[in-house]
Order: sequence, then structure tokens, then C-alpha cells
Amino acid sequence: MSKSFVELNDVTLRYSEGDELALETTNMKIDKGEFIAVVGPSGCGKSSLLKLVSGLMPPSEGTVIVDNKEVSGPLKIVGMAFQNPTLLPWRTTLDNVLLPMEIVKPHRNRLRKHRAEYEERARKLLASVGLEGHEDKFPWELSGGMQQRASLCRSLIHEPDLLMLDEPFGALDAFTREELWDILQNLWMVRPFTVILVTHDLREAAYLADTIYVMSKRPGKILVERENALPRPRDQEVTFTPPFIDLVHELRSHIRDVRES
Amino acid sequence: MNKKLNLSKAAPWLSAIGLFVLWELIVRVFNIPPYVLPTPSESIIVGWQFHEAIWMHAVHTLYTTLAGFAIAVVFGVVLGALVGSSRAIYDAANPLLVGFNSVPKVALVPVLVMWFGIGTVPAIITAFLISFFPIVVNVATGLATLEPELRDVLRSLGATRTDILVKVGFPRAMPYFFASLKVAITLAFVGSVISETVASNVGVGYLMLSASSKFNMPLVFAGLLVIAVMGIAMYEIFNVIERRSTKWANRGNQTV
Repeated sequence: MSKSFVELNDVTLRYSEGDELALETTNMKIDKGEFIAVVGPSGCGKSSLLKLVSGLMPPSEGTVIVDNKEVSGPLKIVGMAFQNPTLLPWRTTLDNVLLPMEIVKPHRNRLRKHRAEYEERARKLLASVGLEGHEDKFPWELSGGMQQRASLCRSLIHEPDLLMLDEPFGALDAFTREELWDILQNLWMVRPFTVILVTHDLREAAYLADTIYVMSKRPGKILVERENALPRPRDQEVTFTPPFIDLVHELRSHIRDVRES
Repeated sequence: MNKKLNLSKAAPWLSAIGLFVLWELIVRVFNIPPYVLPTPSESIIVGWQFHEAIWMHAVHTLYTTLAGFAIAVVFGVVLGALVGSSRAIYDAANPLLVGFNSVPKVALVPVLVMWFGIGTVPAIITAFLISFFPIVVNVATGLATLEPELRDVLRSLGATRTDILVKVGFPRAMPYFFASLKVAITLAFVGSVISETVASNVGVGYLMLSASSKFNMPLVFAGLLVIAVMGIAMYEIFNVIERRSTKWANRGNQTV
């Protein structure tokens, strides 16, 4: 067992002084290369959890540790993708994917000189998510699913050790969503990075995650930590097998308890 | 399709000609004396008779307007960038800006004349003062409405404020900026002509004032037409620049 990569120690969060707690005493340990999912009713502070870990928001109490260092400001290595693909409409898909390279050190200083090399890298990544031939299109010329793929590429181009996903597939139709589960799983199996996936889709959590955390209603709190040992790579067939269905059932009943409490 | 395109191209000319015809008819049918409302044909004829003088004054007005407008663009972008990128500056500057914009600029011309004398300088300053406000507001809006998720994406990559401004803020504010230029250039004409009318001895504003004092109404209207034509021309130029430089913001609007 390696030492955990992300650690939350007795973390609480209030948005401002005197507010009620958004997040109640939370402890979490995530290993390097682990894929975890956080599920819970809406408004339970799932997204706040991402902001805490990435350092965009400081905890009110407790400490957040990433890669053995206490987080005190925005981490500079994190990849992020949201439900809204937030691609820049004035840039081609390729240039959108290259955006992090213009910001992250040391790439930002190398990009101009080694442009071709970086473009090659972006093209490869885009091809691996099935966007070959769309590199020079603008985001508004792509479908929602394609935009989300490009957004995933943007979050991974700089090979971050930590990937934060906030309901990235929430706005997509069911078929596209399940296709993207496979794409994400593939990317992750090729180069295991640590993933924190926030979702309200229990099947998505069961399909993708090694560990699933169930959170309570506000103030958010982790109620259940459930290991998911289904073998990898998981494919669509797995979703029809009893262990998968049982897992989703179990998660569902936890959520029901939460909602009724 | 082709016919439709031709029609939409011809529409502005047709409406302008239609307006002139209507105007001409009304004046003739109701027998309105020329010192009240001259016919457009008479205005154009008189305008042609005086075309050398008009040309000289128009060029001067154009120069004054563009000078004031240029200052407004620089000032508006800088102030807009400050106001749009910091909540504190926004809160501090907003009431002042709104208050200042509510002051009729014609009331400032006498003050400017006291400071700078009559002539070109107060006209340039009036054009500037009247036209910078929409630029500030639009640039600030473009910057301030950045999606929070995008900001998070960039910050978690280690982006500085400047990075965010350069990579996302400014490109995103471009359509707002160009839209404001179209408004600002027409306002700049208002500013320079007002000032020329009140305190100058050159420019279309002055020409119109001196023509009206001689009861030469056709020449006054010729001056108005010249200002309108210059306004339309400048507006169109910025319209084209806008469409060329921010194609991505106008996607799918071609048919409208």
C-alpha cells in the first residue's frame, strides 16, 4: 500500500463566517492512481469538495494534503472538466486542447519553439477519444458529446496527476454518456492518474470508480465508503451482471436513506 | 435565395430613397416654406453649391470626431479592463461613471471653452467625453461575465490574473468591445458637432449655426445630411471590422 495521494483531515467548510456548514467534518484518503466517485443528493457540497482538494477554496477547519504537501492555494497541476464543456468559441478544437500548455510550466515556455511537437501530442489525444478529423473545427461546430470529449482532452493534455470531474457527462444523452465512460476508463487505464468524479448518476459511479463515497444532505458529510472491486476493464456487458446491479441497488438505498433522513 | 439576398442589399437604399420621396412630397403638398423645412432636393442642390465649404468643414468635423473617438477607445479599454477585472474597482467607479454619463455634455462645453478656448480642442474633448462610456461598460461586462467554471479550470492550472485576462478575458470581451465602438462612433459625432455649434469657427456644427443665422435652411439641412452620411459610413466600417474579427460570436446569424 502506497501512502495516500490526497488526504482530507477533519475538514469543514463554511462559505462565509456565521453561515451554516456546507461540509461537516470530512476525512478522506485517496491513493495515487485511484479512481473515486462521490455521489449524493444535489446541493450536498460535492462540488465544494472538488474546490477544496484543488485549492480553489480554503477549508474552514482541518487540512487538505495533496502529494504530501498541505494545500494552501490553487494547485497548479490539476485537470478539471465540468458539465459545461467551457471551450473557448474563438479557438479551434486543437487550440482549445492546447490551452493548458500555454499556462502550465514548463510547457508555456517551450510551446512556441516546439509547437509541432505539442500539436502532435494534442492530435494523438484527440484521436484517442475519437475526434480525429475535427481538430480544426470550432467548438460550436461540434455536438455536445464531441465538445465534452474535447473538454476531457483539455483537462488531460498536460498529464495532470489529479483529475477533477464535476458531473462531466450530466448533460449528455444516455448512449453518448456510456460511450464516454469507456473513453475515460481507457485514458485512465493507459496512464493511471488520480480521479475524483462527482456525479449523481449511480451507474456511472459503479462503472468507473474503485471507491464510491456517498454523501449526506447538507451539511455534507461522507456516510458510506464503498469499495468497488468489479474487474477492469469494465464494459457495457458488466452493467447487466448481478454484482453491478446489486452495487447500484445498494447505492440507491443509501441515497434513499439520505433523502428521507 | 439570390433574390432575397439582393432585396436585403437593396433594402437600406430603398428605405432611404423612400424617406426622401416622402419628405419631398410632404413639403410640396403642404406647401411648407423653405425657411421652415426645405425639400431634400433643394438641400442637396444647395449642398452641392457650397460643396467646397462643406467639404472643408466636414473633413474638420471628421478629424475632430475621430480624434475624440480614438482617445475614448484607449481610455475606455483601460478603464473597462480595470472595472471589469476587479470587483472593488467596479464598486468604486460605477456610481461616478453613471453620474458623469448623466451630465449633458453640452453643459460642459462652456467649461471646456474656459479652459481650452474655442475651436478644435473642446470639440475633441466633448467627442471623447460623450463616447467613452459605452466602451467602458461593454469591455467591463465582457470581462466580468467570464464563466466561473472556466476561471476554475485556468486557476487550477496555475494561471495568474494576467493569464486569465489575456487568454480568455480579452478575446471574450471583443464582441462586446466592437459592439460598443459602433455606438461610440455615432455618439462621438454628436459630441463634436455640439461643441462646434456652441463654440467654434470651423466644422459642420459651425457651418449649420452660421447658415441658420442667415436663414439658409437648405444649407442647415445639407449639413445634417452630411453628418448623417459620415455617421453611417463610420458605423459601417466598424460593423465590417466587428464581423471580420469576431466571426465566432456571429455564427449562424447570416440569414437574419
